[in-house]
Amino acid sequence: MTDGIWPALLGRFTWNALAFVRAWQNPTVNEIIGAGAAMMVVLGAASVITLITVTGKWGYLWREWLTSLDHKKIGVMYVVLAFVMLARALAEAVLMRMQQAAAVNAPGFVEPDHFAQLFSTHGSIMIFFMAMPFLTGIINYVTPLQIGARDVAFPLLNSISLWLTGGAAGLMMVSLVIGRFSTGGWTGYPPYTELAFSPDVGPDYWISAVTLGSIASTLSGLNFAVTIYKLRCPGMTLMRMPLFCWTTLCTSILMIFAMPPLTVATALLALDRYLGFHFFTNDLGGNMMNYANLFWLFGHPEVYILILPAFGAYSEVVSTFSSKELYGYTSLVLATMAIAVLSFTVWVHHFFAMGQSANLNAVFGIATMTIGVPTGVKIYDWIWTMFRGEVRFTVPMLYSLAFMMTFVLGGFTGILLAFPPLDYLVHNTLFLVAHFHNMLIPGLLYGMLAATHYWFPKAFGFRLNEKWGRIAFGCWVFGFYLAFMPLYVLGAGGAARRSQAFFEPAFRPWLYVAGVGALILLAALTALFVQLWVSIRERDANRVFAGDPWDGRGLEWSTSAPPPEYNYAVIPVVDGRDPFYDGKRDGDGYAVPAGYEDIAVPRNSMVGPATGILGAGLAFGLVWYIWWLAVLCLAGIVATVIARSFIRDVERIVPAADVARIEDRWHHAIAAARPISRHHETTPANQGLAEVTA
Amino acid sequence: MSAGDMRHAGINLGTTDQETHDQAEPDIFGFWIFLMSDAVIFALLFAVYGTMLGATVGGPTAASAYKIGPTFAETVILLTSSFTFGLGSIAMKHGASNRVLLGWFAATLALGLAFLGLELHDFATMIGDGAVPTRSGFLSSFFALVPLHGVHVLAGCLWLIVMMVQVPIFGRDARVKINLLRLGLFWHFLDIVWIAIFSVVYLQGLIR
Repeated sequence: MTDGIWPALLGRFTWNALAFVRAWQNPTVNEIIGAGAAMMVVLGAASVITLITVTGKWGYLWREWLTSLDHKKIGVMYVVLAFVMLARALAEAVLMRMQQAAAVNAPGFVEPDHFAQLFSTHGSIMIFFMAMPFLTGIINYVTPLQIGARDVAFPLLNSISLWLTGGAAGLMMVSLVIGRFSTGGWTGYPPYTELAFSPDVGPDYWISAVTLGSIASTLSGLNFAVTIYKLRCPGMTLMRMPLFCWTTLCTSILMIFAMPPLTVATALLALDRYLGFHFFTNDLGGNMMNYANLFWLFGHPEVYILILPAFGAYSEVVSTFSSKELYGYTSLVLATMAIAVLSFTVWVHHFFAMGQSANLNAVFGIATMTIGVPTGVKIYDWIWTMFRGEVRFTVPMLYSLAFMMTFVLGGFTGILLAFPPLDYLVHNTLFLVAHFHNMLIPGLLYGMLAATHYWFPKAFGFRLNEKWGRIAFGCWVFGFYLAFMPLYVLGAGGAARRSQAFFEPAFRPWLYVAGVGALILLAALTALFVQLWVSIRERDANRVFAGDPWDGRGLEWSTSAPPPEYNYAVIPVVDGRDPFYDGKRDGDGYAVPAGYEDIAVPRNSMVGPATGILGAGLAFGLVWYIWWLAVLCLAGIVATVIARSFIRDVERIVPAADVARIEDRWHHAIAAARPISRHHETTPANQGLAEVTA
Repeated sequence: MSAGDMRHAGINLGTTDQETHDQAEPDIFGFWIFLMSDAVIFALLFAVYGTMLGATVGGPTAASAYKIGPTFAETVILLTSSFTFGLGSIAMKHGASNRVLLGWFAATLALGLAFLGLELHDFATMIGDGAVPTRSGFLSSFFALVPLHGVHVLAGCLWLIVMMVQVPIFGRDARVKINLLRLGLFWHFLDIVWIAIFSVVYLQGLIR
């Protein structure tokens, strides 16, 4: 296939690019692991397709989900995507831990090049295709409900963001089967990722997937910011918004300003690789430091894009499950804003060791430590919220408590790393790996899991199983400590990160412990899936259709569970920070309006799926030098956008009679439900109606 | 001007078409945010250009590669196109006939295409003189920053053509109006970026 029509048709694809062919030709353990992973992707996709076809659900899926512009459904799809990607990236983490445990003065079973692909995909997926979709999904579901809106400001753009993210995630999966992934880590530092040192398709997969994800996140941020600024219901002033909305707003602003640097960094790297430019090359005036600055100008605010929504979720959870209003609301808002602003002033601490002057490092070191102050304010506010409250140790509350302990610990090691002289000692060691996992697992994963447990009954109408929730929680926390505390020791002892093998026998016991921890984390994920399965099976016993299982405070609890597609039959008017909580106490929590009006909701659109698939096709064409495919897909995207602009019939009317029927059914259910006290909220007695005690 | 007129920036329709004016509020605000995000991209490319000014590696320098005459002509053409678009926006606000509206847009489009033609000719001259992006880091940064603006102008022209088709088909419904407001912001934004390019890239090149 070196001449003739094939290169024009298939670019630089050869049969050797397929993981299966490689394993067939060279059946080592290493290649068989690669082929096994590829097989899981292929079988997974095939079984999903078969299942949908056999059950005849394609039409349902297309109409009700894939083309839907309903922010609630888009939110759910984001979270599903996050869990799929979490499963893959966690499996990779376990594989890496097993390899390191087996590779002290021994080769282990994963070869260095394969190992480098593992840590590159693990990091890229966890950040861009697990964490980002997870928080975007939760924000999508919750924010419009909390501010009393019927949807986000730009529902179609929302669907396009989802599908671009999905297309990019699909590209990550395809890279397991066809070709190989980058070995340059999740940061993709040139010059190593330049053509001179990595001529294969790996960095191109990384560039394409990350760029698509980055554009999607910019658009999401824009959408959420406009939603919050312009679509709040009457009376919902900024300082009356639930704290989760504040964190959404700050995260959105960070997305708007911090994703473009990433887009620029990856685009310039692409220019180097595709057109022979010299931005980051070693020769002809290229300057790698520009990449480091651009990447971390994104990378540091990204940390707060990830963590702030979790802070918001904890604020809601702690307040609700303590039956107390949030302590220090104003200080929490100010702290959130302060963190968002400061996050743009610390990026150099990611490369203290790369040669700037000591004075510059000192400035950025001090700025870094400053962020500890607003974060500390938040921790105290949550503690004071619990003080003398009616605290219930439900699963989301357990995650919140584990977060407070664990995150503070990670914060301390962050303060250590903020000292440039100390950073020189542990730079690029497992100490750093331990630190950022210590921030992101409690600061993102626990937060999103707390949010999932907290809002799941709202989204699906039934509560999640408590027992399996607690088992999963125990595994996440116990597994985290076992997996990452040893890495602090190893890093302080000089173990370099991203190492495929070690030569120091003293590392062995610590690596064993970390390996066990990784297995427990895998058990935690399994427990979550078991929980979902058990909860779905027991759903009829745990329904909370009335909509308020936790005696909630914000507007989102004042609808049925799940809410109707239009969210609110009548746009609410609020006059305080906890409108629904106070409304219930004043006796008008469930006021029946005098009448209903027609409601316009956005019509389904296939523009989202089309953009996502064409975007992924464009990226795939670029990765493999299949130019006709790339050009065709790019033209397709332009044509889709133009065609859409000619469609005028973009709204569907839900007639007032239908609204009345839906609302009456809900009001009847409320009248029939038995109010329960807080002691019974995790029992089947909970029908979603809270007993109101003054 | 009442508070209602000031609810979104851009050409206000408040006195002539209150309904569209209200609907425009989130749409125009959203587009401003998009422009700010886009401005970050340009700002970063300017920064990269600034750091790479010295990275000529013995190849063409700013002084030797740029021709100030044609770029001055491009500046005048692009600024004039912004003026004609502005007259189109005012015509739309006051309900001028389709013929007048389309006339202004056609003039804008012609100027936009003329700008692109001249710019492409510039690039071709540079490449002919050996000032190619693969020659040095300096030229790489030039050929990332300036053509990106050109691609934006191209997108603007395409958008303008679509709108010129839609005006006769749909008349001036809310979506046409709002899209024209957005396109106006986009077009003027490209002007501002070009002024920065002309000052920072071309005029600064003269000094060196």
